[in-house]
Amino acid sequence: MTDISFVRSEMTGASPAPNPTSGPIVWVRKNLFATPSDTLLTLLGLAFLAWIVPPLYGFLIGRAVPPGGTVEQCRVENVGACWAYIASELDFFVYGFYPAVEYWRVNIVFAMLALLIIPLAMPKAPYKRLNAILFIIVFPIASVILLSGGIFGLRYVPTEQWGGLMVTLIISVVGICLSLPLGIILALGRQSSMPIIKSICVAFIELIRAVPLITILFMASIMLPLFMPAGVTVDKFLRALVGVTLFSSAYMAEVVRGGMQAIGRGQYEAAAALGLSYWKRMGFIILPQALKHVIPGIVNSFIALFKDTSLVYIVGMKDLLEAVKTKNDAIEWASPTQAITGYIFAAAVFWMFCFSMSRYSQFMERRLNTGHKR
Amino acid sequence: MAMLESAGQQPPRTAFYNDPVVRGIMYQVVVGVLLVTFVTWIVHNTSINLAAQGKTTGFDFLGKTAGFPIGFSLFEFTRESTYWQAFLVGITNTLLVAVIAIFFSTIIGFTLGIARLSSNFLISRLATIYVETIRNIPLLLQLFFWYFAVLKAMPAVKDSFALPLDMFINQRGLFVPRPQPDAQFSWIYVAILLGLVGAFLIQRWAKRRLEATGKRFPVFLSSAALMLVLVLVVWFASGAAVTFDPPVLNRFNFKGGLELPPEFVALAWGLSIYTASFIAETVRAGILAVNHGQTEAAQSLGLKDSDRLRLVVIPQAMRVIIPPLTSQYLNLTKNSSLGAAIGYSEVVNVFAGTALGQSGRAIEVIAMTMAFYLTISLLTSAIMNWYNARVALVER
Repeated sequence: MTDISFVRSEMTGASPAPNPTSGPIVWVRKNLFATPSDTLLTLLGLAFLAWIVPPLYGFLIGRAVPPGGTVEQCRVENVGACWAYIASELDFFVYGFYPAVEYWRVNIVFAMLALLIIPLAMPKAPYKRLNAILFIIVFPIASVILLSGGIFGLRYVPTEQWGGLMVTLIISVVGICLSLPLGIILALGRQSSMPIIKSICVAFIELIRAVPLITILFMASIMLPLFMPAGVTVDKFLRALVGVTLFSSAYMAEVVRGGMQAIGRGQYEAAAALGLSYWKRMGFIILPQALKHVIPGIVNSFIALFKDTSLVYIVGMKDLLEAVKTKNDAIEWASPTQAITGYIFAAAVFWMFCFSMSRYSQFMERRLNTGHKR
Repeated sequence: MAMLESAGQQPPRTAFYNDPVVRGIMYQVVVGVLLVTFVTWIVHNTSINLAAQGKTTGFDFLGKTAGFPIGFSLFEFTRESTYWQAFLVGITNTLLVAVIAIFFSTIIGFTLGIARLSSNFLISRLATIYVETIRNIPLLLQLFFWYFAVLKAMPAVKDSFALPLDMFINQRGLFVPRPQPDAQFSWIYVAILLGLVGAFLIQRWAKRRLEATGKRFPVFLSSAALMLVLVLVVWFASGAAVTFDPPVLNRFNFKGGLELPPEFVALAWGLSIYTASFIAETVRAGILAVNHGQTEAAQSLGLKDSDRLRLVVIPQAMRVIIPPLTSQYLNLTKNSSLGAAIGYSEVVNVFAGTALGQSGRAIEVIAMTMAFYLTISLLTSAIMNWYNARVALVER
């Protein structure tokens, strides 16, 4: 027996390391330079960035006049954004012509708003029902009383003096609080089996959705005085509020209707089989599910409403945009970049609110996407 | 309870007001009466108010001379023109800016929507930044920005910015060369029309042949070739030519060319930029909505990549994209009314603004303006319903 076996007498050389599958270089190769066309796109993108970022930086920060600067600094050639202008007119942008000694009232309203909205938005915060009632019913009334005054020893401040961010926020928040219940009622009416009520709701929703907000505000400012009995005048602020709310409620109704249609027939039938009355069926069974489904859609309507408040200048209210536009013509701060700085500031404020709302709606969408995904 | 089921028993007696049918009728009667009362009250108030102001009503004012000029119109409008003509100018201006903005916003929006889904990190991030910035800023603010902060800060006519293709931009707007087709040029249109008819016939014939024999025919290539050959043959045969009349700077203003006022440029640009961000989201959602299983199924059937896209992915994505896309187009048309804020002569500005002020016929003017938007909206939704019924998924 020859015992043949082969045993290697020396170690084999180490095989080359496998290609890395993670790490920054791999990431760059995979996400930026995967194919020739990808590489070309990346280079184009980089060129675009190189073209846009330095001038933008120079305008917004590098050559800009910081808050506290003087108007002379803003008047030099090739100056960047004039932030000193924004800083010096900030009070007007936030409060409009509201008397300076009464600013605390506006600040209390802002604080109430924050205190009510933050727990309402947090899914884990307790007392949701109480919170919602406070926000939807108590807050609008309290804020209007506090802001306009005239009772409880508060000085009366006519709405002509309201302005700036305050008007934008109040109109949008009150508009949101009013348009949601109104939209739910319209959606219920549209789904109703009673022909007259259904046709009224359909006609209202479709008419409002067909025309631009600007024509509704025109109507509020020109036609409303004609519709009222002689001698009755409707406050400008109220006109803006009514116009915006009616407009938004039609869109809200369609969102809610979408949620109601997404609920299986079985839910309606089961609720009816339990012998619940119409309002109990809707209030306890259908709407809680429907509204939960469409929270992202509702928040999107809120974003639209918030942006639409910039149109209230039609009825003569000075919202944030209109306040900025007015001050952009002010001689004291006349400088080459005055207007552009003002608009950038207003855009940043609007963007901040809308972007946080849209992020919130995406967060809720992910959160609600649990039980219903098949 | 079991007693009720036995034959001959009457149903339980309930008060008539607890009968759901009676209740339904009662509720509707109450709502109807309230609505009629409300409308009567408003009509009553309005007639009193109008009488007090000494105003008359009716549409007779439409035939009267308007007596105001309009800055921008596609056809002749003078101070002697009527209110009805002013209405028409407003409508055409609204539709003009809407069509142009729809064209550009669709191109930008589809590009961005696809870019957001790109596997290229930089490109998808840039597209995301664009979409998230633009759609979270009110359109009115953007229009003010483009009009007051950008176009009004453009150089005066003398120092106009020269753009490529003989275009100039300055405070007074955008100046582009005016195309001037000569008399023979209409033959080219005939050729294009013939080409379209030919392409349609080729497509029908190719489909029938494919179904009968399974043989494919390059429809797109042959149609394009047919079109090109037809146009070229007609071009040389008729000697048609198109010349461009470029804007030339005189001492005070540009001579020749086509002048687009800054209001129009700002509005068309702003609307395109703004709506594109919404269209991008629509397109992205539509593409994402096509299940990956569809792609895999198409591949396993052995379809080549172009057929997979053309026959499986794009039709399903378009089914999701088109309804919201149409509503974006409708939104764009309605949003063009914001042109009134920067002085573009569209229907709200010309008719609900100037004409209303001049004639004092508030109710008629607002009603006509709203009816115009309502018509567009109803037409669009009628077309959409027809389309949806056509492409709807037929399930068991």
